Amino acid sequence: MADYMTLFIEAVFVENLALAFFLGMCTFLAVSKKIETALGLGIAVMFVQGITVPVNNLLYQYFLKDGALAWAGLSDVDLSFLGLISYIAVIAALVQILEMAMDRFVPALYSALGIFLPLITVNCAILGGTLFMVERDYTFGQSVVYGFGSGFGWALAIVAFAGIREKLKYSDVPNGLQGLGITFITCGLVAMGFMAFSGMKF
Amino acid sequence: MNSETKKVITDPLFNNNPIALQILGVCSALAVTSKLAPSLVMCLALTSVLACSNVVVSVIRNHIPSSIRIIVQMIIISSLVIIVDQLLKAFLFEISKQLSVFVGLIITNCIVLGRAEAYAMKNSPGMSFLDGIGNGLGYSLILILVGSTRELFGSGTLLGYQILPLVTDGGWFTPVGLMLVPPGAFFIVGLLIWGLRTWKVEQVENPEYQIRHVHRLEDA
Repeated sequence: MADYMTLFIEAVFVENLALAFFLGMCTFLAVSKKIETALGLGIAVMFVQGITVPVNNLLYQYFLKDGALAWAGLSDVDLSFLGLISYIAVIAALVQILEMAMDRFVPALYSALGIFLPLITVNCAILGGTLFMVERDYTFGQSVVYGFGSGFGWALAIVAFAGIREKLKYSDVPNGLQGLGITFITCGLVAMGFMAFSGMKF
Repeated sequence: MNSETKKVITDPLFNNNPIALQILGVCSALAVTSKLAPSLVMCLALTSVLACSNVVVSVIRNHIPSSIRIIVQMIIISSLVIIVDQLLKAFLFEISKQLSVFVGLIITNCIVLGRAEAYAMKNSPGMSFLDGIGNGLGYSLILILVGSTRELFGSGTLLGYQILPLVTDGGWFTPVGLMLVPPGAFFIVGLLIWGLRTWKVEQVENPEYQIRHVHRLEDA
């Protein structure tokens, strides 16, 4: 249990997908102008990440890993080179299913998150989470914790950043730095804040 | 070379840079640039995937039903990325370890999908190829600038060769640790954009909120 807790805290703060690995930066910079939209996107990412990472973990453990097909009597087959294409297909399919399921069962949530869901398919934080899970060879339990934790960390970062940007628009920024430039520099300062967590151990 | 082709190649370098103006493909530009060598490999990988995917998408553009075009483009791009990934693992194993997940993440790099959708779906294969090369070069330009700045000031080396002698080896240069950590990357890209927009003034964004000019009583 303590292991899972450490993994969760690490995924949220120390190895924050957005601020330490720069994943999902395009959407991070584009959709962080308002807190409400940032929160919507953050929750959607957390949701999708929490589902896709464990599903891809199962796919990796039982189909793609070297020798994973032993249950089918093919113990010397290594399909790991098919990884990338299968993960992205799983992500795209899951997002589509999620969209339909939400539309049917929780229409209120669907209308709030609806526009962000298709965006998420091409958000590198989602594919990145899966690839880190594969690279670090997590077990199924760990992958559930990691998926949820990294999604939560991303959501936390984008909401915090949107809060800063809402105030930032009232400040007097030099001409060339206006917009994207100052956004990058602020983002650097936020990342620096998150670096302070790196010494934490549990 | 006529002016149209020239424009397709040179426009993405400064006037319409994918990273500095279109905010596409930012993740890898920040993540792999702590050393110059991985940055160069990344540029090569991205430019080749971009050019090839543009050509393939453009060749079959009239046969793709528009409702499933995103999926078709994704499949094409991920197949190309798998090829690049396997090639890197076979011939440049060390660097492919350093790039870790970021080669795979070319699939979700918005430049590739963005160009396929915005350019290759509407133009001939030849022009799409040039557009891919041009945007790849625009991306490479930023990566090389950021990568060389970070390596030079962060560890005093370029491509692993010592340029600035370090204090620890009896030289005069104290490495700037900030350059090697994530925040350093953000600062450099931010400053780079500032520089570019000071030069190309038409790229400056309008402020969302104009601070009112206050006239003091003394001025009146």
